[in-house]
Amino acid sequence: MTTTAPAASTATVVTGRPGARVRHATGERRETAAAWGFLTPFMIAFVLFLVWPLLHGLYLSFTDQSLTGAGGGFVGFANYAEALGDPVMWRSLGNTVWFTILSTVPLVLLALVMALLVHRGLPAQWLWRLSFFMPYLLASTVISQIWVWIFNPQIGAANRVLAWFGLEPLAWLQSPDTNMYAIVIATVWWTVGFNFLLYLAALQNIPAQQYEAAAIDGAGPWRQLWSITLPQLGQVTVLIVILQMLASLKLFDQAYQMLGGVASDTTRSIVQYIYEAGFVGYRFGYSSAISYVFFAIIVIIGVVQAFAMRRRGEQS
Amino acid sequence: MTTTAQVRSPLATPDGAGTRPDRTTKPGARRLSPLNILAFLALALMAIGWLLPFLWAVATSFMTETDAASGGSWIGPSGPTTDAYAAILAQGNVYIWAFNSLWTSAAVTAITVAISAMAAYAFSRLEFPGRKFLFGAVIASIVVPPQVLIIPLFYEMLAFNLVDTPLGLILPQVVAPAMVFILKKFFDQVPIELEDAARVDGAGRVRVFWSIALPLSRGILAAVAIFVFISTWNNFLWPFLIINDTNLMTLPVGLQTVISAYGVQYAQVMAQAVLASLPLIVLFLIFQKQIVRGVATTGFGGT
Repeated sequence: MTTTAPAASTATVVTGRPGARVRHATGERRETAAAWGFLTPFMIAFVLFLVWPLLHGLYLSFTDQSLTGAGGGFVGFANYAEALGDPVMWRSLGNTVWFTILSTVPLVLLALVMALLVHRGLPAQWLWRLSFFMPYLLASTVISQIWVWIFNPQIGAANRVLAWFGLEPLAWLQSPDTNMYAIVIATVWWTVGFNFLLYLAALQNIPAQQYEAAAIDGAGPWRQLWSITLPQLGQVTVLIVILQMLASLKLFDQAYQMLGGVASDTTRSIVQYIYEAGFVGYRFGYSSAISYVFFAIIVIIGVVQAFAMRRRGEQS
Repeated sequence: MTTTAQVRSPLATPDGAGTRPDRTTKPGARRLSPLNILAFLALALMAIGWLLPFLWAVATSFMTETDAASGGSWIGPSGPTTDAYAAILAQGNVYIWAFNSLWTSAAVTAITVAISAMAAYAFSRLEFPGRKFLFGAVIASIVVPPQVLIIPLFYEMLAFNLVDTPLGLILPQVVAPAMVFILKKFFDQVPIELEDAARVDGAGRVRVFWSIALPLSRGILAAVAIFVFISTWNNFLWPFLIINDTNLMTLPVGLQTVISAYGVQYAQVMAQAVLASLPLIVLFLIFQKQIVRGVATTGFGGT
């Protein structure tokens, strides 16, 4: 199909656009010129604001650069050696991984349950969609304020809910035993709506004929759920889990703000440590080195997942 | 549990005139079956749970500070009041921040959608050397966490003299490799015959892009635009780092400075939260069909 189309189009381009500078060029060269016309604006931004900072950051990680421009000498792998021996770095990494585990499971399962319920087509669709997706529309500043208020030990709603069940009040955000769970609860509430929409879209793409055929064969709703719906959601689930893990690993905004910018050993994420090293400690070189340790971990997870997905794809 | 299957068959016959054509209804789930009643209750319970935190914030924003500080329930002992809103709106800065958020988010959205759509079209439809490599590089960059870039980006902005300027806020946010990927997947699905017909009639690449590809992708462009707008509006870290001037702050960053200063005035804090959220909630209510359909057509679903 693609072999005939370009041939036909190049022929028409040559005759069809007189006056163009590349009139005598071959069709391919013309095609290349057009492609670069379309690509240039994005590629300039891509190189300036992504590729270049990525390379510059890598360079910085081998220097002792500070914000003021002082220092900047090449220090080799010293920053990396320091990072790997830095207990705060490991603690931050541990917190980030723990948060990712704690948040990904409910963020995928709840989204699935919400989407399955909404997809039944019960009345008031707009209300369900709004309820589940609305928090996703809120800024991290806003959700932090709301949840700091809810988790207020004296007057917040969280402890009132505990009291209904006859449980002892907690010092949610103030206590190192509970502050991570408080952040997970707020995050699940905040972001589940996006996964919910992805599941809802996937459900709408399952052909209705499959259900009709199954119903004719006498399959009830549970049977249909287990034999048609859930298997068909396999691929989107893989995608949602990957997107969710990548998102959860980037924990910063809500944790930083819910604790009022105070560093807590039990919630400090790796991104927060990058921020603290760079913008509080002014050690840009060290901060960059931690960034690259973090990036390496994300790449490893990405590669592992890509392989897992490819194997899945080959099986099906 | 075979009941719904049997109930369904009469609905499939033409005399089922009363059935609404509901896009999200899947066969086998239309009737007032016990299962549907159960599902409805579960749904209502979850929805209430999800709305409560925000509703509670709204309720608190209409209390006096004394009532809010004593943990009043839905309406404080002194009754509802708009004092908190009046206090915030009297500060004046809120309007500036909202205006800044609005125009910078709109600018980021416009630039992102324009350059991403053009690049996606080239990747999808045009042959050129290095296409596979470049597209691979763009896809690979999706995994780069933006946080890894903040320090070198900050340096770059220092070098360009763009720290504490709107341009320094806007430009680094316009690179969205994921959006290029989504749009490329969409363009791949548009039948090439439509374009070939136009090209036979003598239309150049730009014409074809502008008058065929773009109109066909209005839905997905709207969805991409909405997602870019939401995430830019809510972005915290980059605006927080790059802007120091109170008059240039966006709403999330500006409000954060006020919260740090008056953290204990709960009614005002909640009123601020409500004010900052309203624009996006209204946006979602207007565009919710496009948002949901947009997610569906990005190809995330199915396949």
